Amino acid sequence: MVSAESSVSDLTFVEAWAGFKNLLPISLFVAVFGGAFGLAAAQAGLSEFSTVVMSLLVFAGAAQFAALDLWGAHVPVIPLMITVFAINARHLLMGATLYPWLRELPLAKRYGVMLVVSDANWAMSMQAFNSRKAGFGVLLGGGIALWASWTIGTWLGIYLGSAIKNPVSLGLDMVMGCFLLAMAIGGKKSSRMSIIWIVAAAAALLAYWYLPKNCHVVVGALAGGLLGAFWMEKKDEH
Amino acid sequence: MSIESAGAGTFFLILIMAAVTLVTRWGGVFVMSFVPINYRVQQFISAMSGSVLIAVLTPLAVTGDNGARLALLTTGVMMLLVKKPLPAIAAGIAVAALWRNL
Repeated sequence: MVSAESSVSDLTFVEAWAGFKNLLPISLFVAVFGGAFGLAAAQAGLSEFSTVVMSLLVFAGAAQFAALDLWGAHVPVIPLMITVFAINARHLLMGATLYPWLRELPLAKRYGVMLVVSDANWAMSMQAFNSRKAGFGVLLGGGIALWASWTIGTWLGIYLGSAIKNPVSLGLDMVMGCFLLAMAIGGKKSSRMSIIWIVAAAAALLAYWYLPKNCHVVVGALAGGLLGAFWMEKKDEH
Repeated sequence: MSIESAGAGTFFLILIMAAVTLVTRWGGVFVMSFVPINYRVQQFISAMSGSVLIAVLTPLAVTGDNGARLALLTTGVMMLLVKKPLPAIAAGIAVAALWRNL
């Protein structure tokens, strides 16, 4: 199933533009959530300019919100680094899962396209690759759409923040969760994969309850991955 | 060690956050370039890619409020029925909003 062919690993402007348009609807939600971040950052005492620069350079919503919790007159560096790393560690897994296709790209493109990897565009591109379709268009173009809307949303939130004072009451905290669930259900299903998912879910929950903060995604994903590595599909099915 | 969040200190902190995040975006690809992609590694990767989603979602569903649970349930049911992501996501968010404003 995971077999890289050069045709699906192509990255053209046309595909990137299609990917950009593909993720525009979800980007609108991301912009509103960015607005909530802009407002929260202003309340935490960040200047308008640094808030926008943070969204522009970091582009990782959950980690940015978590950083605000640590923000004060003095910001502890090591806890900040650990928090950001732990929350964003899922990017490591995303890069690894994309690698069979990424290795077909020259180095500059390979690492360039990973600059904008995020939950939504990664999930879309994996889904495309797994059904043997080209996936880098949505990874790059969709990533740019998400990045731009996150940054612009942040900036707008600083001014219009009062309109979305309570994003949770509008259900906006559920945008990424619902999106990822839709991607998970839209993927291919088998009894083997269901059991792998149950193991991943159990491991993630146990890690959430009993291990240090923010490591549940990595623990659950590795548990599922390792089970998949030792309980392999029969090769002749493909 | 802590950094004052005034003036240039803020930018230094933001640069640290950006650098750490970039390490996560590039690190997985970099490490994999030393791993031979055989069938077992492919199986690991494909099992892990779905597991990432599940590992994000499970604590959200288990420890979230009823609004969060209803949102995920609605999106899940809509995905199985209509198989179109956008209506499914929109319905999930709408149900969460509705529930929390009741």
